Amino acid sequence: MSNASSDNLRQPTGLEWRQLALWRGDRCLQKNLNGHLQAGHAITLRGPNGCGKTTLIRTLCGLTEPEYGEVLWNGTAVRLQRAELHAQLAYAGHRAGLKDELTPRENLHFAARLSGSDDNDLAEIISALQLQGCADLPVAHLSAGQKRRVTLARVLSSGKPLWLMDEPFTHLDQAGREWLSERFNQHLRANGMLLLAAHQDTGLEAHRERVLELQGGEP
Amino acid sequence: MSIFFAVIKHDLAMAFRRWSDLAMPLVFFVIVCTLFPLALGQDKELLQAVGPGAIWVAALLATLLSLNTLFREDFDDGSLEQLALSEHPLSVLLLGKTAAHWLVAEVPLVLLAPLLALGFDIPAAGREALLLTLLIGTPTLSLLGSVGAALTAGLRRASGLLAVLILPLSVPVLIFGARSADLAARGQSIEGPLLLLGGITVLALTLTPFATAAAVRVTLD
Repeated sequence: MSNASSDNLRQPTGLEWRQLALWRGDRCLQKNLNGHLQAGHAITLRGPNGCGKTTLIRTLCGLTEPEYGEVLWNGTAVRLQRAELHAQLAYAGHRAGLKDELTPRENLHFAARLSGSDDNDLAEIISALQLQGCADLPVAHLSAGQKRRVTLARVLSSGKPLWLMDEPFTHLDQAGREWLSERFNQHLRANGMLLLAAHQDTGLEAHRERVLELQGGEP
Repeated sequence: MSIFFAVIKHDLAMAFRRWSDLAMPLVFFVIVCTLFPLALGQDKELLQAVGPGAIWVAALLATLLSLNTLFREDFDDGSLEQLALSEHPLSVLLLGKTAAHWLVAEVPLVLLAPLLALGFDIPAAGREALLLTLLIGTPTLSLLGSVGAALTAGLRRASGLLAVLILPLSVPVLIFGARSADLAARGQSIEGPLLLLGGITVLALTLTPFATAAAVRVTLD
């Protein structure tokens, strides 16, 4: 491991993880995971069901404490500066994080308040995701694909540089997947960072994407 | 600070979209408080003696009913994750949710209590004291409850566990609350227990938000 002074000289940026061990209950999912996500790049997690993709994403964004190893944001351990990481991060997990009683517009408005971004471009993202027709219906009446689009709208309009997304392409139709890939590429070109778990082709520019194959998922 | 009010507004908007959930604990409170006079009969002195205590216990149990849903749905639909990943302090956000809970679940109950006290033939001074003690005491119930609700949000069938966690901690509030209403009904000064009740509430307000935030992080882990 490199010593601290050379770390300071290099001014490491982005999200880095060292020797992570992931456990779920009393089962070890992954050992000795290392990785580094830099501005303008994407890491795609692939692997069989139950191999720890979701756990890795949750660990990286600070929801789950790693059993061993550490996560660094711009060179400093995340557990020492959780708020700094969270100020730069937008996360979309399996659970949509939407309120069934509220409309997509109300949900997005509150999400914008939470993330401290202004919601001026909400109208733009709502029309880009073709949500105009259901933007004022309660979320409970929406289809799975439409709910997914609302979740995506939350991340895409967050204005945060680091996007962590767990299977963002599920429930989307063909046109939606292509649109999302293009939007991801735009984000990367603008020096954003993207970490996603996906089973499909992500359609990201090859020189920006690194694939991290997770082995295992042994019973 | 503005995010605190934004959370309250958001939760209130949601609560009013499904007011039937809201009304259930309140209906429970009203029914329990009317059952006592029916069961105990015509003895005025007996009713006056048990009245404040019975109303306080009913308020405590009704609070417990409404607390079950405080963080459960947020955990299930992923909103709790989003709160925990916000750059704002989690304790402030959760205090906002707890404040919203107090506004929708406790305030109506506090306002109904003097009316229900009529069924126990409690004199005016006692009814006033009941309103006052519930107003000062119920925030503590919501705050203590938020810690328990945060710990049990991820567990299935945890309503029993929540009661076991919260009810013992609520005992001081119950004692001072019911006691001062009782004293007032007998025409005595209630300053002492009222101050103690206020002290407990301030203590809960300063300490529980951090405990709730820590409990939510444990639940999400």
